[in-house]
Amino acid sequence: MDSARQFRHIGKGTPRKDGRQIVTGGTKYIDDLTLPGLLYGKVLRSPHPHALIKNIDTAKAEQAAGVKAVLTHKNAPDWKFGIPRVVALLDKKVRYAGDAVAILAAESEELALAALELIEVEYEVLPAVYDIDDAMAEGAPVLYEEFPCNLLPTQSIAFGPNTLKEVILGDVERGFAEADVICEANTSYDNIPNPLPIEPPGVIARWDSPDELTVWSASQSVGWHRFMMMGKMGFPEIRSIGTQCGGSFGSKNHSPQPFFYAAALAKVSGAPVKMLYTKEEHFGAFVLRLGSRFSGKIGLKRDGTITAIEGEWLVDTGAFSDQAQTQIAVGLGEVQLVLRCPNWRLIPKLVCTNRAPSGIVRGFGGQELESSILPVFMEAISKAGLDPVDFLKKNFVKPGEGYLWREGNWWVSRGQDYSEAVEEGAKTFGWDEKWKGWLTPSSVNGRKRRGIGVGVHGNADVGEDESEAYVRLTPDGGAVIHANVAESGMGQRSSLIKMVAETLNLPLEKVSMTEPDTLVAPFEFGLTGSRGTWAVGTAVIRAAEEALKKLHEIAAPILKAKAEDLESADGKIRIKGSESQTLSWRRALGVFHTVTGHGSFEPDYSMPNFMMLFVEVEVDTGTGQVSVERVVAATDAGQIIDPPSLEGQIYGALGAAGLDTAVFEETVIDRRTGRNLNMNLIDYKWRTFEELPAFDNVILENPLPSHRFGAIGIGEISTSPGPAAVLMAVSNALGTRLTSYPLSPEKILAAVKSAGEVE
Amino acid sequence: MSYERSNWIKFHVNGDCREFAIGARPGELPPSETLADTLRERLGLTGTKVGCDRGSCCSCTVLINGVPSLSCMTLTVECDGASVTTIEGLPDPATGELDPLQQAFIDHTAYQCGFCTPGMIIAAKALLTEVSSPTEEEIKVALGGHYCRCISHYHVLDAVADAAGRKR
Repeated sequence: MDSARQFRHIGKGTPRKDGRQIVTGGTKYIDDLTLPGLLYGKVLRSPHPHALIKNIDTAKAEQAAGVKAVLTHKNAPDWKFGIPRVVALLDKKVRYAGDAVAILAAESEELALAALELIEVEYEVLPAVYDIDDAMAEGAPVLYEEFPCNLLPTQSIAFGPNTLKEVILGDVERGFAEADVICEANTSYDNIPNPLPIEPPGVIARWDSPDELTVWSASQSVGWHRFMMMGKMGFPEIRSIGTQCGGSFGSKNHSPQPFFYAAALAKVSGAPVKMLYTKEEHFGAFVLRLGSRFSGKIGLKRDGTITAIEGEWLVDTGAFSDQAQTQIAVGLGEVQLVLRCPNWRLIPKLVCTNRAPSGIVRGFGGQELESSILPVFMEAISKAGLDPVDFLKKNFVKPGEGYLWREGNWWVSRGQDYSEAVEEGAKTFGWDEKWKGWLTPSSVNGRKRRGIGVGVHGNADVGEDESEAYVRLTPDGGAVIHANVAESGMGQRSSLIKMVAETLNLPLEKVSMTEPDTLVAPFEFGLTGSRGTWAVGTAVIRAAEEALKKLHEIAAPILKAKAEDLESADGKIRIKGSESQTLSWRRALGVFHTVTGHGSFEPDYSMPNFMMLFVEVEVDTGTGQVSVERVVAATDAGQIIDPPSLEGQIYGALGAAGLDTAVFEETVIDRRTGRNLNMNLIDYKWRTFEELPAFDNVILENPLPSHRFGAIGIGEISTSPGPAAVLMAVSNALGTRLTSYPLSPEKILAAVKSAGEVE
Repeated sequence: MSYERSNWIKFHVNGDCREFAIGARPGELPPSETLADTLRERLGLTGTKVGCDRGSCCSCTVLINGVPSLSCMTLTVECDGASVTTIEGLPDPATGELDPLQQAFIDHTAYQCGFCTPGMIIAAKALLTEVSSPTEEEIKVALGGHYCRCISHYHVLDAVADAAGRKR
């Protein structure tokens, strides 16, 4: 750490503001909330992956004890989501096993479940498609009449009129002519994992008048349930209030389906309705990661310079998504940060299939694309005889170099050259000692073979979208931040409080933040793309600075000094650098006044963040088991705000549909019935305490030109380099190239067998 | 109508005696009700979290007679005569002072979203009651079934080891 930067709070591990509440069970999550007269919503779901509802009879359910509202496609409000907006709240067609057929609200969960069984449905079952190839095949069953061949438009206006829908740059023919090595590939990252926060999604909705809706929800970006939903519902006034969020990893930015169901049932019943998904619904009807395949070719020179990238990026959204096109736009941007190349022709195709819907997951398009495209680069750089760490270091975008970003503009990086982070990470990992060359294990001990791999990711969305905040100074020498910021695990509320306490030179306990509520705080986009540190941070810092400036202007005549010559500490003002008399905030303001500053942030995509993961695995060639033994994460955060919070975010690389999607995470679909086979926490695999690898974080702190603390966020992207790194490590351990996720024991044993190494 | 004594159950929760009539009428506790629901819905002890409701994430762990147990898989009628401890029962009832484990979790920021934390602290409490200085392996085994998607495991291991040290 730079010893010149000495802060009072920043960079020091301090207890989370909500710590005592968390450890005593006092924290309120969505299911801990109740309201007078609350009803409970439940969903009747289709057993068929693709079917028309020929007939539906809800008469008995409507008469059942405690039932207050029953809705089907015949009487549901005409609210739609998706891009374009084609996904109805309830439809006469179901498009995946688990799709909603009817919803109802009753006085208790038990009564609601009992009433569901009274609904009679007659289906006309249709043939279904479960992957990209089947969906695009001639004569394939079509999910939406609007989209022939199951191809959704990749164009959207989500990020403005020029939203990125492809990367076409330079001259790929010339690029291939200049290449020493050309490799073709058709590599998929399509095991469709689930981010699977421990808390299932949930929404409580209450109509306060026919045009005024209040919603409480578990969300990482509470404003989304106002500004993302109003337009889908004919613009009612929506007040969105956030509870503590029991994990999100992208998936709970918004929850359009439970939101619609709760709001519709509340409207019809005239009572507040809680719609909390069961874990099974969370598995089978909420948010899965996009499927992804790169089909194309790449060229590079012997020195590792990439000369051309050409191909199709095929994206499988499942039955629907509210965000697939935005993930494509961001993924197309992120791949340019990781693989700098002058000549591109990369064209996405977006396909829908009869599997459960996709949505936002940490990695947001980039993890999917990079996990598909990096394996072909590994083949090419091994042919060129290059070390993968050197290759990835060379090809991460450098300051002064440019890229097309999601809204279609060309941005030039004014961020970091991350080479130092790469070198420090490699040193901590012991890369040079362990690297024995391509498809060569680091060590062999009987049937146990070790291998190493490396992956990388970067994202310029750390400066995405808009933030606003107020900071209100109080006469007792305190400050209140009015910002619509949720707590979904990153510790961001506490970190923003630290930034304001540092700016105002106050003890942490004198600074607090309003609960997330769109009525209380100004506009805040939310905690997406690691934007909390720079974007939200800038808004709260500027608000604090403006408030302090106003306070000093009030104090200046009293202290007979210029406002700019004043400084403040612990609620007292004095002339800078002097031992002069101090003026308390209370005396400056008066007991019955406060002073408020406003701060904001405008989007800026010029500072990509960076994460490299080094991975060592041990493969048991007898059992096919892959064991992750060691992980080293290398990054540069500019300035750490709170060390334990940042470490926690980076450790998160393992879970939440991250690194382990290369080891064991997948959603398994039965192609005879279309149903998911592992919709519980026993059959869906996850990492336990007893399987933890050794994990070291190398976090450099070279200040960035972000805000007064020189920090940017990096938490989101820790998951993304993992899958490709594991694939490389296992390939090296076995001495044979593997290109399929996850590396289940069956695949390992098949690879061992085909390599002729059966013991 | 009066009830036979056999229609009632009685057990202690965090030291307080609780009695319930068993039955299906309003106010009665159905025999099918889980302990997790009784704690959360009837007693307002929402510190016990329900993650999967199928006994496979351990977030609902409470102590029943000192043994870590899944409250989502336990029928309340099974608890007749038992002593149940939830996360709300760990601080000193007189002073509000936190259990050393709770303080260690705060000091190590041994949580991210915090949803799994009460269950982990309860399981760790049972471990430290039985083994005063557990090895790292013993802590890992004791918490083996606890699902934490944020990956706070590393900080949790530090916190539990630290709390064990403080107790000594």
